[in-house]
Amino acid sequence: MTQADFVNIVMPFKDKVFRLAKRLLVSKEEAEDATQEILLKLWNNQEKIEDYKNVEAFSMTMTKNFCLDRLKSKQAQNLKIVHSNYQDNNTSLQKQVELNDSVDWVSKIIEALPEQQKIILQLRDIEQYEFEEIAEMLEMNQTAIRVALSRARKTIREQLTNTHKYGIR
Amino acid sequence: MVLDSKHIERLLEKYDNGETTLKEEQQLRDYFAQDTIETHLEPYKPMFQYFANTKQETFTKDVPLKTKKRSYIYQWISVAAVIVIMFGVFMQFNNPSPKTIDGLSEEEQLAYNQAKEALNLLSTKFNQGTSNASVLGIVGTQFDKGAEKVEYVSEFSKTTNKILKKPNKENKNK
Repeated sequence: MTQADFVNIVMPFKDKVFRLAKRLLVSKEEAEDATQEILLKLWNNQEKIEDYKNVEAFSMTMTKNFCLDRLKSKQAQNLKIVHSNYQDNNTSLQKQVELNDSVDWVSKIIEALPEQQKIILQLRDIEQYEFEEIAEMLEMNQTAIRVALSRARKTIREQLTNTHKYGIR
Repeated sequence: MVLDSKHIERLLEKYDNGETTLKEEQQLRDYFAQDTIETHLEPYKPMFQYFANTKQETFTKDVPLKTKKRSYIYQWISVAAVIVIMFGVFMQFNNPSPKTIDGLSEEEQLAYNQAKEALNLLSTKFNQGTSNASVLGIVGTQFDKGAEKVEYVSEFSKTTNKILKKPNKENKNK
């Protein structure tokens, strides 16, 4: 396999790997490092890639495991949680600005979710994978995934409606 | 396409329960991407907007992909080694059958015969030498026998002394 072949295989999902890593590790730098590491691992095991039916699903599983390990490891103690676009929560009159604020707010709410729910929400609502695919990636059954997803969505909805009500008045 | 809010509300309920299909979720995303939405559905907007924004994020860092050239070199070295070994084995088996004296040239035959005679001579002389040495061995054994006999003699003289002494003592006591 040449580099070009590899890049062609990896291209379609490298952003997804990165976004999942960022969802879990929060900081952009950490996520970039993780993505780099995962792509290198794939490259080093390139002979095996052809054996896997679904390289993308395999990579996502790898990303999940890698990031969770990262979080557990001692390094995680030094991990900075970076809010790259943090804004002061001043009540602004302009509606657009307010909307941006609440978009930020969504990311904060998701950050507070349990890891399992974060991963599932990321895979479903952002990457738009089928439940079947998510089940394969996480080695969970579909019902459990739906339950976790439902919980995550409800949490976000509730917290958003609260801030929405208070935010305007 | 404008969807009525009742339909959206139904979808949202399903959405909250995690029961929507990807198609239905796409409908929701499309709806919330509009500028004008029902006010009571407003709280959902930032959520879908956030999802859409996040999807734009891309991984831009370069990944240095190193080709494993070294391992190829080692592979070729092993191949070369195998070839050398095979060549050696091939040569070993392919060698003409061991040479006989008939196959040699006359000069070589002459040299061979001379060497053979010389060695024969050497071995006969050597055998003579060993037979002489065996004579020495015989002498040695005879000598040992003689020594044993001498011991008998000395033993005999001891007992005779004892016998001779005793009558002396008895005489004294009387």
